[in-house]
Amino acid sequence: MSDLHRRTLTELAAGLRQRAFSSVELTGELLGRIEASQGALNAFITVTRDAALEAARAADRALAGGGGGPLAGVPIAHKDIFCTAGVRTTCGSRMLDNFVSPYDATVVRRLRNAGAVMLGKTNMDEFAMGSSNETSHFGAVRNPWNRQLVPGGSSGGSAAAVAARLVPGATATDTGGSIRQPAALCGITGIKPTYGRVSRYGMIAFASSLDQGGVLAATAADAALMLREMAGFDANDSTSVDTPVPDYVAALEGPLAGLRIGLLKEFFDKGLDPGSERCVREALKVYESLGARLSEVSLPHLPLSVPVYYVVAPAEASSNLARYDGVRFGHRCQNPRDLNDMYRRTRGEGFGAEVKRRIMTGTYVLSAGYYDAYYLKAQRVRALINEDFIRAFREVDVLMGPTTPTPAFAIGAKTADPITMYLNDIYTIGANLAGLPGISVPCGFVQELPVGLQIVGPHFSEARVLNAAHAFQRSTDWHTRVPEGYA
Amino acid sequence: MSGWETVIGLEIHAQLATRSKIFSGSATAYGASPNAQANLVDLGYPGVLPVLNAEAVRMAVKLGLAISASIAPRSVFARKNYFYPDLPKGYQISQYELPIVANGSLEIVLEDGSTKRIGITRAHLEEDAGKSLHEGIAGMSGIDLNRAGTPLVEIVSEPDMRSAKEAVAYMKKVHTLVRYLEICDGNMQEGSFRCDANVSVRREGQHRFGTRAEIKNLNSFRFVERAINFEVSRQIDVLEGGGKVVQETRLYDPDKGETRSMRSKEEANDYRYFPDPDLLPLELDAAFVQSVRATLPELPDQKAARFISQYGLPAYDAGVLTASRELADYYEEVFRLAPADAKLAANWVMGELAAALNKENLDVGSGKLPAERLAGLLARISDRTISGKIAKEVFELMWSTGSSADSVIESKGLRQITDHGAIERAIDEVMARNPGQLADYRAGKDKLFGFFVGQVMKATGGKANPAQLNELLRKKLSG
Amino acid sequence: MYDFALVFSLPQHARRLTFMALTREQVASIADLARLELAPAEVVALQESLSKILDFVGALDACDTANVAPMAHPLVALSQRLRPDVVTEEDRHEQYQVNAPLTTAALYLVPKVIE
Repeated sequence: MSDLHRRTLTELAAGLRQRAFSSVELTGELLGRIEASQGALNAFITVTRDAALEAARAADRALAGGGGGPLAGVPIAHKDIFCTAGVRTTCGSRMLDNFVSPYDATVVRRLRNAGAVMLGKTNMDEFAMGSSNETSHFGAVRNPWNRQLVPGGSSGGSAAAVAARLVPGATATDTGGSIRQPAALCGITGIKPTYGRVSRYGMIAFASSLDQGGVLAATAADAALMLREMAGFDANDSTSVDTPVPDYVAALEGPLAGLRIGLLKEFFDKGLDPGSERCVREALKVYESLGARLSEVSLPHLPLSVPVYYVVAPAEASSNLARYDGVRFGHRCQNPRDLNDMYRRTRGEGFGAEVKRRIMTGTYVLSAGYYDAYYLKAQRVRALINEDFIRAFREVDVLMGPTTPTPAFAIGAKTADPITMYLNDIYTIGANLAGLPGISVPCGFVQELPVGLQIVGPHFSEARVLNAAHAFQRSTDWHTRVPEGYA
Repeated sequence: MSGWETVIGLEIHAQLATRSKIFSGSATAYGASPNAQANLVDLGYPGVLPVLNAEAVRMAVKLGLAISASIAPRSVFARKNYFYPDLPKGYQISQYELPIVANGSLEIVLEDGSTKRIGITRAHLEEDAGKSLHEGIAGMSGIDLNRAGTPLVEIVSEPDMRSAKEAVAYMKKVHTLVRYLEICDGNMQEGSFRCDANVSVRREGQHRFGTRAEIKNLNSFRFVERAINFEVSRQIDVLEGGGKVVQETRLYDPDKGETRSMRSKEEANDYRYFPDPDLLPLELDAAFVQSVRATLPELPDQKAARFISQYGLPAYDAGVLTASRELADYYEEVFRLAPADAKLAANWVMGELAAALNKENLDVGSGKLPAERLAGLLARISDRTISGKIAKEVFELMWSTGSSADSVIESKGLRQITDHGAIERAIDEVMARNPGQLADYRAGKDKLFGFFVGQVMKATGGKANPAQLNELLRKKLSG
Repeated sequence: MYDFALVFSLPQHARRLTFMALTREQVASIADLARLELAPAEVVALQESLSKILDFVGALDACDTANVAPMAHPLVALSQRLRPDVVTEEDRHEQYQVNAPLTTAALYLVPKVIE
């Protein structure tokens, strides 16, 4: 059937189990769509056609025998930040252009064990540094809603792929908003879980105290299904939390009434595009009609979250990226004159401009004489932001607001000035600093461009956040819209 | 050296004897083929993460308790960032502001027998780097990362030492201690115990410390002593010549016997320390520390004190015998089986046994001469079956043939002659055969006594009991 | 100069009054520390963008953080887990060295390291 791509991940998993269609058929259809879209969208860096079909065949065999995991035969894509054994893993960078990972990330292994079929590795901002997917060594990704516009970043490839229905679900990562912001700009659902919920082992590190792996899919129900399979304690990751993973799918249908929603005062002001604000306010009315109670909360230190982030994240990144030195893997420059020359030219050639900018920023804020004034100071303000959240969550169950200040912008429009680009993450960064779970769901359109509503909850409240998102999606149909040409 | 005071602090890196590495499950065994023991975590591959080895923590706590230090209830791992090919991640995971152990001390015994307390500022956990090999590959270095990730404890002393000898005494004390605790094999040739020395000089009476130089990677006690002495002279020469000592890192060249500046080291390495976000703070509660305390063996100082009081040995003997646990255990086993004379046992263990082991490059644990066999020999000395002198011959035969003392004594007929009559007869014969010397002795040439002793010994095949021989000979010679 | 007030209503005093510019020498020395070879045009561009970024993050100065402990991690209540001392790895150097730019006799080769 040629409309399989219109079905959600949840529907496809059920259809495969019911043997309404085969994984090979579905996989073949999606591979065809991916190949046809590459020129226009550039959402993928690597497509693993043969391995995908082989995995699909194996899934069909398992399903025929009444077996197979919860995602048996379901095609997905992995952001090219996740190490995939035997498959090129580039992190969007020239530095790892030729790197074939010898191992699987824990997330990759778990999804494969659940039966998912990997179709390929999606495009991304280089080393996850970006909000528009324009810094990739492999070219920009385009927004399926309007190909002159960015899909958001850094998980732009995964977001575009899901929005264009090339895959029903994709993994992604979020350090300052890199799942939620592209979800908003592409009109899909994206969840960043609590820090420590999903293993970081095999997820190439950008900023270790902020990075989290998550999901991009069409609906909250889809995200719940994938997240349930991905999440959980991993002994290989010291920052992985050893608490049981609730059944997020089972928790979706619980009643919403009485949910206390806090509206962040700091997010509804001059910086927010009026059209986006209208969509978000309409969405909040839907919540009221479902029985939720709205109130205003103030997190007075939250406006400092972007400056905090642009000290802490580059600092950690400058150290995490020191291993890219041309010695054991990855790019090495030609004919190095000596060791120092090898390091300098390898890294100068291997890294793009934004990555270099952040490495330089990070090196500076950690350096002697500046550590206290910048790095320690930022971590203290981070503590204050965290306390603001803790205080807010005593009064409300979840916080809601816009995911981004504007809808998708033109490719090239914000690349001239780093700060303008950085401010795209103004509403999302706070949740990373405090390690809180956050989801973005589509809540309307402004001039035919999607707008996202963000829901942030306390630590390990993914079930509640997904439940709230799902309730919204039961009462609205924004999440069913597909860009023209991809329906 | 007059007018100048030397100030020395030592930083000792001891490789912890865990089976696996500090942050990965790779083996730590020495001597594997290149890169056979370097996994993805050790290699710093994209996406890998560190997980802390419990035994490394226990060993560090053991050390802290043994040096009477405080064990931090909360310590933090930090990244030390710099670029070097044997450092795969481009940073070393170490501890900076909050180390696991702080404020300890050890007592050293000086040459004049007095003791001195050396403060230990801190000890912390960190990972070792790999190795660069330079031979045989033109213009290139070959990197072996087997050692990368091996757990180290870095022990930093206060600048309390005032001479190379004190520094060596301290280093030996630490070396003994880590082996007693079984946290480090102390093998300096293999690099499991390394020392950096911070050396400076100042005018006597000057309160401020002089500028110090750091001498890196000294891997023998002898080198530490020589390097420090050379460096002290060098610095004094510089200062007396009107110059200034440069704060720098130097290497000791054992062939030339001198220290030299490390050419390629940058002027100032800005390590940009910050807490490692891939690791959480290490929290140790009282119960954990107590459980480690319960595993502490009798420490060298305690054992030496006990040897003095229990066996009545002098401090020097107690010190030598307790230099290693194996040697101390061996001595106690010997004594247990031959309890007649603790000092005799000490002399033999420190003397003949040690010399024989050294000659063949063996240690006391090698089993070449088990404790009961030595005890057997000592018992025959104590019960006067053989003299001490004969015992040495017996020992040599026991050593080379593996036989017991009794079987050597029997087969070689080496029983001591203690029969008065037999000795007297031998003396009479010697006196009769040497009338000239007899006359000279009686005329006053006392030195000839030794001649007669020698002759009687020869006549008795060395077996006459020396004390009896002396007594009887004196009586007979004087007429 | 970032007009934060356009985006958030931050009080006037929270904005930095001085523009912090980096010199070319400072940029060069950071690049040395980070082992990044930069073309002259890159140095100029970085001088400008880094100065802007540092000015931007300078907004943190206005925040009173006296007696606030730095937060290195979201997992504030948790401590480091310990793993048992067991060897779990085997020799896979051949597989791993497939990715290596240059090796000989199982050693990773780099231009000679001068000690």
